[in-house]
Amino acid sequence: MTTTTDTQAPTVFNLTTDGVEALKAMTSIREFESRLPAYSKDGLIRGSTHPSVGMEAIAVGVSRSLRPTDSIASNHRGHAHCLAKGADPGRTLAEIMGRRDGYCGGKGGSMHIGVKELGILGTNGIVGAGIGLATGAALAAQMQNTGDVAVAYFGDGATNQGVLAESFNLAAIWNLPVVFICENNHYAQSATLEQMVAQPVLSRRGEAYGVRSVDVDGMDIEAVANVAAEAVAKARSGQGPTFLVADTYRYLGHMADDTEIYRTREQVEEWKGRDPIAALASKLIAAGYLTQDDVTRIANEAVISVDAAEAFAKASPYPARTEAFTQVSEEN
Amino acid sequence: MNKPAQQLTVWRALNSALHDEFTEDPSVMIMGEDITTWGTGGGIYGVTRKLADTFGKDRVRDTPISEEALISAGVGAAMAGTRTVVEIMYSDFSLLGADGLINQAAKSRYMFGGQFSTPLVLRSNGGSGIGKAAQHSQSLETLYAHIPGLELVVPSTPNDAYGLLRSAIKSNNPTVFLEHKGLYYEKGPVTKELVPLGQARIAREGAHVTVVATQLMLKRALEGAEQLAAEGIDVEVIDPRTLYPLDMASIYNSVKKTRHLVVAHEAVRDYGWGGEIIGNAAQECWNELDAAPRRLGAARTPIPYSEELEAAVVPSTADIVGEIREVLGAKSSALTNTSSL
Repeated sequence: MTTTTDTQAPTVFNLTTDGVEALKAMTSIREFESRLPAYSKDGLIRGSTHPSVGMEAIAVGVSRSLRPTDSIASNHRGHAHCLAKGADPGRTLAEIMGRRDGYCGGKGGSMHIGVKELGILGTNGIVGAGIGLATGAALAAQMQNTGDVAVAYFGDGATNQGVLAESFNLAAIWNLPVVFICENNHYAQSATLEQMVAQPVLSRRGEAYGVRSVDVDGMDIEAVANVAAEAVAKARSGQGPTFLVADTYRYLGHMADDTEIYRTREQVEEWKGRDPIAALASKLIAAGYLTQDDVTRIANEAVISVDAAEAFAKASPYPARTEAFTQVSEEN
Repeated sequence: MNKPAQQLTVWRALNSALHDEFTEDPSVMIMGEDITTWGTGGGIYGVTRKLADTFGKDRVRDTPISEEALISAGVGAAMAGTRTVVEIMYSDFSLLGADGLINQAAKSRYMFGGQFSTPLVLRSNGGSGIGKAAQHSQSLETLYAHIPGLELVVPSTPNDAYGLLRSAIKSNNPTVFLEHKGLYYEKGPVTKELVPLGQARIAREGAHVTVVATQLMLKRALEGAEQLAAEGIDVEVIDPRTLYPLDMASIYNSVKKTRHLVVAHEAVRDYGWGGEIIGNAAQECWNELDAAPRRLGAARTPIPYSEELEAAVVPSTADIVGEIREVLGAKSSALTNTSSL
């Protein structure tokens, strides 16, 4: 491992150079995630899968500052985190569909997508678990002096897990290169944040442990990218952890078959009015970087690329039965 | 050529293993509560003594009392390439970090399709006998041995403590390494050679009955064997040393020779690992067994505080001797009579 010398200073999000790429990335993730409920309905996905439609700006905005050797530890709603970190949509979808060509050979599924070569320490089925893993990956980076950082993605629900408090404290006393990112989509499955916490300004929790804490509009890619760039640069240069609280919303249910009795259609529509993809497209058109036709073309390209991912995943065979008994330990 | 063995206590042997492993592999680190600042500077039982003086506080880290974050950060660090040892002061406290150990570490290789190694050692101690009561005395080895993906080491002697700890740290699988808090001051020869995981040790050779035991029960089984030897009953004692991987082959060989099996462990008897060994042996050695195998374990109670009560729930040397006589049945008195001729 070599010590990095690059990107010690945050790179400000530039609409000209970064805007179109971000729009493409978000559009493609939106297309990917939007298809999941239908796959579940068609029996192509077993068990639970949790789409993050509406929340794309966070994964895309953060990943812009990450390099392949940086680690991320994700959660149950984690496909976007993986895709934005560079995971191939075909292999990701193949994993979600339990196929042999999935990143984990079909052993993991939606909630256990890990990609070692991309520093993806896994999506995770245990709420809050990635927080501890990222803290540990940051410890490893610090001890090995790689200049790498670790990112933990988690939801507002995970802020009530004890491991967050413990990890904040560890990261603060050891000045670890970790960025804690709370995607506050206001619902822990069906429970509202207001119902489950008495003090809803989550960033205060980080401050209480001595972790620099920043609130950001999670529907604004520029805002997310800029605070993330600063947090990552600080982590990389030995200035310790940051807690980012990104205000956001998921348009779809928690998982397939969610009756959504805990929220109103009006609320969903209201949040859709703040859509991060539409907002960025409008900005790019207004600035003269793109035309409406360009935006339509980007959407069509996303459809084509996810079609290809879908074809790849569906064509991939299911793993052989004998695979069930391998990889439990190094010896088998 | 074997190097001349040093006489060391278990805690010194463990300390020495850490020193040697830290010297050999710069990616090894250890973290835990009070591991450089307690007593003479080495954790609650001294195992990490002077490690920080030699290797620095970067690789030897005192931590806050946060078992959940400690264990899960240990898992994350291991997945990211640091060979990580986490000391948990008492194994009872490891339960606060069960998610990291059971849901994350144990499954990390499998659920990600073999991409990740998680070279984590969770070092802790179990066992009763020194009045630490219900929440500092459990023998949780059965619990962890049940989880696919975990290795489980239960060293008894100073030599095994040294050799097994080094093997556990070198292992690319997550390993629970449970020392026995009542055996830290036991002294014995240490050759400073690695002891592979998954290889039982014949602690005492004998012809008439096989006793499988670890740690405090091993000590008592050997005491019992000496008592019975005086009567002409020749007891073979096997220390499996690791409960996973488990060396059943050595146990089968012994049972086929002696035709009698007793298992003694300090973990609660019900659903304990003795049942696993007896179940396997019954299937493999049914025709060679002259009597139904017997097992001893702690009573199905928490460990009580008061000395008399504590002694009442954990198998004693006399209890082990009693079970050996029981399994030998009529043969027991026959052997005794023969020897007194």
